[in-house]
Amino acid sequence: MRILVLTKPVPDPAAGAERLGPDLRLDRASSPTVVNGNDEYALEAALRLVEAHGGEVVILAMAPANAVETMRKALAMGAHRGILITDPALAGADLPTTIRVLAAAIAAAPEPFDLILAGFDTSDGNGGAVAAGIAVRLGLPLCSAAALIEPDLAAGSVRVRRLSAKGYDVVEAPMPTVLSCTQALGEPRYPSLKGIMAARSREIAVRSLADLPEGLAPADRGWATKVLSAAPPEARAVGRTVTAGPADAAREIADFLADRRLI
Amino acid sequence: MPVMTMNAPAPGLVRLSDEQILLRDAVRVLADERVAPRAAAIDRDAVWPEDMRRLLGEHDVFAIPFSEQHGGLGADLLTLCLAIEQLSRHCATTGLILAVQALGAIPIQVAGTPEQQDRWLPRLASGEKLIAFGMTEADAGSDPSGIRTKAVLDGDEYVIDGTKRFISQGSVASYVVVFAVTNPGADKPSRRLSAILVETDRPGFAVTRLEHKMGIRGSPTAELAFDGVRVPVANRLGEEGQGFAIAMQTFERSRPGIAAQAVGIAQGALEVAASYATQRRQFGKPIGELQMVQAMLADMDAATEAARHLLYTACEEIEAGTPDAARWASIAKLVAGDTAMRVTTDAVQVLGGYGYIDEYPVERMMRDAKITQLYEGTQQIQRLIVARSLLARSG
Repeated sequence: MRILVLTKPVPDPAAGAERLGPDLRLDRASSPTVVNGNDEYALEAALRLVEAHGGEVVILAMAPANAVETMRKALAMGAHRGILITDPALAGADLPTTIRVLAAAIAAAPEPFDLILAGFDTSDGNGGAVAAGIAVRLGLPLCSAAALIEPDLAAGSVRVRRLSAKGYDVVEAPMPTVLSCTQALGEPRYPSLKGIMAARSREIAVRSLADLPEGLAPADRGWATKVLSAAPPEARAVGRTVTAGPADAAREIADFLADRRLI
Repeated sequence: MPVMTMNAPAPGLVRLSDEQILLRDAVRVLADERVAPRAAAIDRDAVWPEDMRRLLGEHDVFAIPFSEQHGGLGADLLTLCLAIEQLSRHCATTGLILAVQALGAIPIQVAGTPEQQDRWLPRLASGEKLIAFGMTEADAGSDPSGIRTKAVLDGDEYVIDGTKRFISQGSVASYVVVFAVTNPGADKPSRRLSAILVETDRPGFAVTRLEHKMGIRGSPTAELAFDGVRVPVANRLGEEGQGFAIAMQTFERSRPGIAAQAVGIAQGALEVAASYATQRRQFGKPIGELQMVQAMLADMDAATEAARHLLYTACEEIEAGTPDAARWASIAKLVAGDTAMRVTTDAVQVLGGYGYIDEYPVERMMRDAKITQLYEGTQQIQRLIVARSLLARSG
């Protein structure tokens, strides 16, 4: 199988050092980056599929040039090679542009992929639309919110258990297909030390917009959407403290939850 | 004229390579996320942490000090020490698992034939088998000339009789490198011993006692009895009578591992103390704003950093083949062990009453630190080695 995984470098949530730039978009130089958490689940799923069925896992990111180091962490988990699309003209790119560029990069790959995996969303942008956008752009099926991925190589199809509001749906699609991946797929592995050493010599092909078909970014470097304001969420109201004895406290808490139809 | 300028040029500043930083950070993540949550229970239960052994195997941490030819990472001594340091930041027992595996393998690496190395090292690199270093006896600690365990040649086998004591991981190891008297009539006491690898499933081998210890409580410290254990001559490492020399060569590469454990323990205690100082409020402010606490934290930080960089320099010197390797190994272990003891004691002081109870890890770290002043040569033995080296140059 040939599987492509979108692995976006995002500000390390543990560092808590994100800042906004003058355009109110994330200043990507302000914080150390890690592979987006949900993308690691997608990568883990891809690695397990290739371990079971053979093949290759390729990672793809659109990010600043220094993303190579972050991508290497994904290679250390076991991905075979990477593609980084980086171009100063893409700084601050909005969702439609990101989708156009990533889709063009996938279409430009010399060999087609069987599956294209993305995390359900990213911890910095929270757009959650990239997988769907790429599917539309490439005219491929989309299986969103994947919780289990079962390819049938002989039939050239994939069966996906997807999370739904009430439980699971099982859907089937011909390959190639695009999947957005949830954490229900299973915990990502820690890179082994041998994986880390091997990742140092694995290829990360760095491409600019000039390597992709023209017309992907607006010539004036503006984007279809503009951020007008950005503000942190309002602080939460102080919680209610229950101080009654155990039996009364339990009843009070149960009533509180029942009033809100939570139990 | 200062002694040092005569024939011991000052080494260059150590800067970690990209590879060393990558491996260190990978072990740090494992230590933070997988080892730290287990550390208190490992100490409390005083049970060998098989899960930690599996962790080190699955993530190739055991592979660090072995050559690629034997399934290892082919990393240098400094990289091994970076890994031991990171593990020991949270759990001295887990750091010791790696240090002992490396220690036990060194005699095979320095004195084993290619056949012996191919036979034993790959399964040590993978962590499938563990190895222990069997030197100490009840009456032969700092002075190995007191060793009484003997190996008598009988055809193409040695017959080993005797008892080893204080053998780290002796009860969980598949192999023990036993230092036994093969040449009782040798002209020098240092030529009496040979190093022999003993598989612990051989008849006559028994674990006769496990010690109850103050620290490193998850690491089993065993008394091992050898009652007519028959081992092929092909299990001897090096020549007959070379045992003492092999042991000394081993210590040049293993003592830095103990120094790394000590630096890790000190760093762990420093981090807990510094964090506590920002949280704990007395006199209406965090105690970290009190100058007497600040001074303690600053001294702890400075001492830990000094010990760390001395260790890193020692590793680089030893790896580069300095003739002064024994001295570098000893000063690194001496300074790091004393630093760990002082820093952990001060960390308990910073935490006050909370430092003295097991709600916080610093009392454990203080107990763990003590062993680094004792094993792989007491601090007194380290001073002896350093002084002899110094005086030999100065005479």
